[in-house]
Amino acid sequence: MATFIVRRVLWLVVVLFAVSVLVFLIFFATPGVDPARQMAGRNPTAETIKNIKHEFGLDRPLPVQYGLMMKHIFVSRDLISYGSHTKVIPEILSAAPVTLSLVFGAAVIWIVFSILTGLAAAVFRGTVIDPLLMILALIGISIPVFWLGEVVNLVTQSRLHGFFLFSWVPPLGYTPFTQDPLLWFEGLVFPWLTLSVLYIGFYARVLRANLIETENEDYVRTARAKGISERRVLLRHTLRTSMITFVSLFGLDFGVLVGGGALLTEVVFGLPGVGLLTYHSLTSLDLPVIMTTVIYGAFFITLASALVDLVYAWLDPRVRPA
Amino acid sequence: MAVFEPEAELATLDTEEFGGEVVGRSPWALAGRRLVRNKLAIAAVIVFVLIVAVSFAAPLYASHIAHTNPFESNLSGTFQQNGKTVQVIQQGAGKLGLGETPVGPTWHAKYLLGADNQGRDVSARVLYGGRASLEIGIGSAVLASLLAVVFGLIAGFFGGWTDAFLSRLMDLIWAFPVYLLAISLATVLLTAPNGLRIGFVHLSASSLWVPLTIIGVIYVPYVFRPIRGQVLSLREREFVEAAIAQGASNARLIFSEILPNVASTVVVLLPLMIATTILTESALSYLSIGVQPPNASWGTVIQDGQGLLYTRPWVAIAPGIMIVLTVLALNVLGDGLRDALDPRSKLRMKG
Repeated sequence: MATFIVRRVLWLVVVLFAVSVLVFLIFFATPGVDPARQMAGRNPTAETIKNIKHEFGLDRPLPVQYGLMMKHIFVSRDLISYGSHTKVIPEILSAAPVTLSLVFGAAVIWIVFSILTGLAAAVFRGTVIDPLLMILALIGISIPVFWLGEVVNLVTQSRLHGFFLFSWVPPLGYTPFTQDPLLWFEGLVFPWLTLSVLYIGFYARVLRANLIETENEDYVRTARAKGISERRVLLRHTLRTSMITFVSLFGLDFGVLVGGGALLTEVVFGLPGVGLLTYHSLTSLDLPVIMTTVIYGAFFITLASALVDLVYAWLDPRVRPA
Repeated sequence: MAVFEPEAELATLDTEEFGGEVVGRSPWALAGRRLVRNKLAIAAVIVFVLIVAVSFAAPLYASHIAHTNPFESNLSGTFQQNGKTVQVIQQGAGKLGLGETPVGPTWHAKYLLGADNQGRDVSARVLYGGRASLEIGIGSAVLASLLAVVFGLIAGFFGGWTDAFLSRLMDLIWAFPVYLLAISLATVLLTAPNGLRIGFVHLSASSLWVPLTIIGVIYVPYVFRPIRGQVLSLREREFVEAAIAQGASNARLIFSEILPNVASTVVVLLPLMIATTILTESALSYLSIGVQPPNASWGTVIQDGQGLLYTRPWVAIAPGIMIVLTVLALNVLGDGLRDALDPRSKLRMKG
């Protein structure tokens, strides 16, 4: 286990370095791109461009430029958005709770419903219920999340807002939990549901496939032969093993969503999280913000995936030597 | 009993296929028969072909049925409906009698689904958008698969340092979140003043090749991994050893011994990849970093419709329905192909 941890952590360091180099190269060394001009935002003055050139050492060799950029992002953390003239990193930190609220709630919903759906499909295999649930899951996977969000908004904010079922839905936006917990919850219910649809579909399909695969294992037959009840075989033997894949997928997807993957949901529901910040800087081409959110997001996801691998190795010793 | 079920299923399937007597059929022919028997998969093929046909007929629809140019704004235009002259952009149609609202769905040849806030025919734009979305979706999935097959064959066949290098490179792209990578590439490419020049290749920012290339590149590892794994195990198989013993060259080993055996994996993955790339394209276009004006794609039409959501919801709803139908059909087809080509497969893909 110790060698596995060491190797995984070393690989993590390599990936973090490579990811930062890749982002740097994309933004600073793509042929035909003038980074100073791009970082300066729309209609920059000659002086701003000159300042940027100096600050990022754009007239110096690439490794120096890389070092300076990393210094601005991680050490001095004084990167300035040339669009809004604010410091980028505090802005990201203040947006993070919104993204976390969104992703945590959605994760709870998608874990519960995907386990229920996957279990139901596997248990009722051979009846109408199984293909029906799987078609629903497939539909869930096929819906673009931002479009689903628009349809949800259309129904809950406009067309059926007068109807008692949806009249409690507050206008789009976000209320901090510390300010009004009830309003925080009400404002997030539909974003949670919308974001979780895709994952419910995907996880239910994976879980069903795993359950059916595990069903053919020898130890499940042994459990049945011992006379253990069907319910116990399902919950204690089949489901537990099937959850290994589920858990590792969950870790990765959770990391991806917190690291910026919830962007589309945030945009369509107007939730001022990290994703919406990235989106606004996209529309104003505010490169320092985009670059920072991309690097922070990528780092978060890389860390999450390393953590998943370690937990996975701890749960399932067979993967350790790999 | 449950344990023996899969075997029993397979046995009955085989006797059915051979029709009682033993007939030699190629694996592809067998797979074809299994696929044809899968009604859901056939329905999916029909839906997909219909959507492709309708989308590629967009110019015909625009010029012969709707009589409109969906790329030209038509703010002061009028048209005839039930013998009355109707303004495309109506003044004061809002709740308080203020603002401008484009005409809603007429359910007739002209402005079937209404107009967007530039006065352009939404139905024609959805069809043109479908053409762009399908071109980018199919193109980038094919690009990703081609690159992945080339890299996968090289890495899996030659092994050693080549394999280590290519695999680590793919791991790196894999570790990079799809949307963040696409966003970085797109912002840089779209803001480059004269487009991108690499050697003799020149991409201008409004070209469909920009999103196609970006999406194609970011999905290479998703196909590379299963292919490389398969090539690694195929290289150790007896028929490859036999070919080596006969003195076959590396090229012959790769192209006539190994490639045909990974082809089925590519065939299974391709529809699933197209489904994924179409979703990615629509998301990027929705974020305004995919297809650029004056071109349209399903994603850009949804974005156009966002501002009109509560007054003219069809602008945003129609392209979304097209995306859901297309992606659903491709996913069903992918499942069907997997069952047909490899009934006991463990091939699974992260969607």
